[in-house]
This record gives sequence, C-alpha cells and structure tokens, in this order.
Amino acid sequence: MNPVALVGRIFLAFLQAVGRLIMFAGDGLSHCIRPPLYPRLILRQMLDIGYYSLPVVGLTATFTGMVLALQSYTGFQRFNAESAVATIVVVSITRELGPVLTGLMVAGRVGAAIAAEIGTMRVTEQIDALTTLSTHPMKYLVAPRLIAGILMLPLLVLTADIIGVMGGYLVGTHKLGFNPGVYLHNSWQYLETLDVVSGLVKAAVFGFVITLMGCYHGYHSKGGAQGVGGATTNAVVSASILILISNYFVTEMFFSR
Amino acid sequence: MSDPKIRLRGVSKQFGPKVVLSGLDLDVPERESLVVIGGSGTGKSVMLKCILGLIHAEAGSIQVDGEETRDVRGRRRTKLMRKFGMLFQGGALFDSLRVWENVAFGLIQGEHMKRRDAKGVALEKLAAVGLGEAVAELSPAELSGGMQKRVALARAIATEPEIIFFDEPTTGLDPIMSDVINDLIVQCVRDLGATALSITHDLASARKIADRIAMIHQGRIIWSGPVAEIDDSGNPYVDQFINGRAEGPIHMEVRRP
Repeated sequence: MNPVALVGRIFLAFLQAVGRLIMFAGDGLSHCIRPPLYPRLILRQMLDIGYYSLPVVGLTATFTGMVLALQSYTGFQRFNAESAVATIVVVSITRELGPVLTGLMVAGRVGAAIAAEIGTMRVTEQIDALTTLSTHPMKYLVAPRLIAGILMLPLLVLTADIIGVMGGYLVGTHKLGFNPGVYLHNSWQYLETLDVVSGLVKAAVFGFVITLMGCYHGYHSKGGAQGVGGATTNAVVSASILILISNYFVTEMFFSR
Repeated sequence: MSDPKIRLRGVSKQFGPKVVLSGLDLDVPERESLVVIGGSGTGKSVMLKCILGLIHAEAGSIQVDGEETRDVRGRRRTKLMRKFGMLFQGGALFDSLRVWENVAFGLIQGEHMKRRDAKGVALEKLAAVGLGEAVAELSPAELSGGMQKRVALARAIATEPEIIFFDEPTTGLDPIMSDVINDLIVQCVRDLGATALSITHDLASARKIADRIAMIHQGRIIWSGPVAEIDDSGNPYVDQFINGRAEGPIHMEVRRP
C-alpha cells in the first residue's frame, strides 16, 4: 500500500476513534444529569471505587511519603536545606504525587474491573437485554460509574494526602531525627489551600477519565473472551496515558503565570 | 384482512462489504407464532435485532402496529420496547442480580413497579415456567443451562408484552429440555395472547412452536407457509434444509482438504 495512504488511513481512524469517544463521553455525562438516576447503583459503585480502593491507595501513599522524605533529605543535605523536607513532602504529595499515583492505582484496579464487567455484559448480550427491558444502558451502566468516579477520587486523594504526609512524618521523625513538632509546623506553614484544591480537582478529572475509559472500552468490546481481555488492557493503558496528559493541563490551568 | 403486527419491507443491512439482509420482506400477523428458519450466517439474528432497534437497518421499512419504527430513538424507542419481550440465545441473564431480580427487572426499571410487588409477579412467572421460590434467591451462575433458559423465558414474559421474540430458544439444550422449553413457549404465548417471532435452525422446535414457518436465505425470505406445508413446500432450498442434506442449491463455504 502507498505509505502516504496508510498514514492518512491511520490518521482518519484516529480521528474517528476520538470523535466516538467524545460522543460517548457527552452521552454519558448527559445521562448523569438527566433523571431518572439510580441512587442504589451509584452507592454501590461509590463503594466499589472508593472504599475498596482504600488499601491499595493507602499503601501507595504511605511508601511514597516515606521515600519522598528520604530522597529529599539526602538531596537537600548537600545544600544544608534539610529543614525544607517537610514542606517538600507536603507540597509534592498534595499537588502531584497524591492525585497522580492514586489515579494510576485506581486506573489499574477500577478501570480494568469496569471494562471487564461491561465487556462481558456486551459479549453475552446483557447490554442488548437491558435495552429490550426498556432500560438505557448508558443510564444504567455508565452514568452511575461516572458519577461515582468523579465523587470518590477526590475523597481517595484527600485520604492519600493525609496518609502520604504521615508517611513522610514517620521517616522524618524516627529515621532522620526531625523534631515532631517542628516537622508538623513546617508542613503546615507553607501549605496553601490551592495546593490541596488543585489536587482534588485533578482527582475529579482522573475519576472521570478512569471510569469513562473503563466504560467506553467495555461497551465497545466484541469477539468473546479475547475481546474483553483487549478492552481491559486498553482501558487501563488509555486511562493511564490520559491521566498523565490531563495532569499537565490541569496543572497549567492552576499554576501557569 | 387486518394489518400485520410486524411488517418488514425491503429491509437491508450490511457490515462493511458483507451484505447480511438484502431487501427482506416479512409479515407477522397478530397473535400468530411465526418461526424463521435458516442456516448459520443467513441473517436471522440481524433481522431480529433490526426489528428490536439493537441494530440500525440501512434501508427499508420496519412497521410495528402500522407505525414506522426503523428510525425511532430516545423515549419513543423506550416506549416501543414495552411492547416487546425477548428471549436471548444465551439467556443474557444479569450476573450481578438474583434470579427474581432478573425476572422483575423490566417491571422495576421499565414500569417503575415497587420491588415488593415486582417480586410477587416474578415469583408467579417463575412458577409459570416450573421454577420454585427456592430458585428465586439464587444467582444465575448457580443454575443449569435449562433453568437459565426458563428464567430468561420468565423474564421475557414478566411484563406481559404484546410481541415476544425468541432467538434460538433450544440451542445448547438436550432434546428433553428442548421439548420442555418448546411447550413452555407455546403455553406462554397462548396465555398472553401474544404475537411471537422466533428464529431457529432446530426443525423439531420450529414444528412445535410455529403456526407458520418462513425460510431465510442470503438475507431474503425465500419461502413462507403454514407449518403443515413445510414438508411439501416444493422449494428446493427448504427441502434441502429440512432434510439436512449437504447436496442441493445451498452451498456451504467449506474448503476441502
């Protein structure tokens, strides 16, 4: 095949996929605000996405905070700036590491589960069955997950922020010899509301991205078990990439001068 | 003669270069049970899904009760769906719900009946297909294939639809269970006074549940008539199909070694 035609074909396929995703997202969001909503399903998804992600998010945050304290201490020691460790830990966690690492961990856990569940429903005709039972699949399957993702990720990130800072505190006070009171004082002194708020906004965006990609790839999966497996992989990979890309744009929105 | 309950005229559908339905015409009179027979890949399932609106036909007319439905979407489609019940080939029961919740799904979500009342109706319908209350609390995964099919039948008739579609109702079942399902289908359709459209390649099933039989080949109806006339149809395609002969006008795409 002509290489130019091949590039053109790939580009057109890419545009088509982007268009389909945007249409899917718009449709899903419109069902989030149009009644009827399904409170029982939303609560169940909040439990799945939020509560059951706590262990993995907590562990990630703890060790991230601990490593961050250790790394920044060894780095700043060269410039006699060890006193900045607490501030560096709290700002890094709240602005970046809390939301991004939580997002990536939840993408792996929840994004994959959503894609596998909806994908299986697609290939076993359960989604068609929903339609024949006068129930819109976007409203019943997609909207509750989107709502739960947008609401629960900020709560998870807030938890991760607190646990992460405590991880840094443990290493700082028990291993690096900081005075506990001084460490906590330094943590609070330079922390601004915007640091936390920007992280929570990122979390809401990531929650949307993770659930959207899980639903989108699951909804369009085909071809049996292999198709569902592919949908699961695509959901996790695309959600992870979109988290990193959207992270840049949200950061620029808050902090560019 | 009154208008048919379902009327298809010139319905066409293709997937990429593959033409599946090519100007299909079909009438299903009210309160009649029509069975469409045909080999694999001849367009039976696509025809059914086009009527249900699960697949959009590219051309032609699909009328239900004299109303054109091919392009009906949104709330009008949801309203139209209330006329339909559908038994899927694999059952398509919702894994995450218990048996009675599956049966009551259309009543709770589609007709907004209270859960307690809907459960009562679900138990009645389960009894109508020979399943007791103990089964109602199980999950679909705990049932055998035949029981799943019966639950799916109970779900299809729970809302007492005017038109019921059966997609390969006996596929994958042993001969005795197939006959049980056939008897239940005949009884349920008669009790409801419903119109039934079934697709199958199981001749025994077709003879039992049909008032009339039609044969589909290469996306068109090539013969239709009362069930008693199928053995003397005079149509070589029908003769080859009902006698299960490899030789005849229907050529299977099988590559010889």
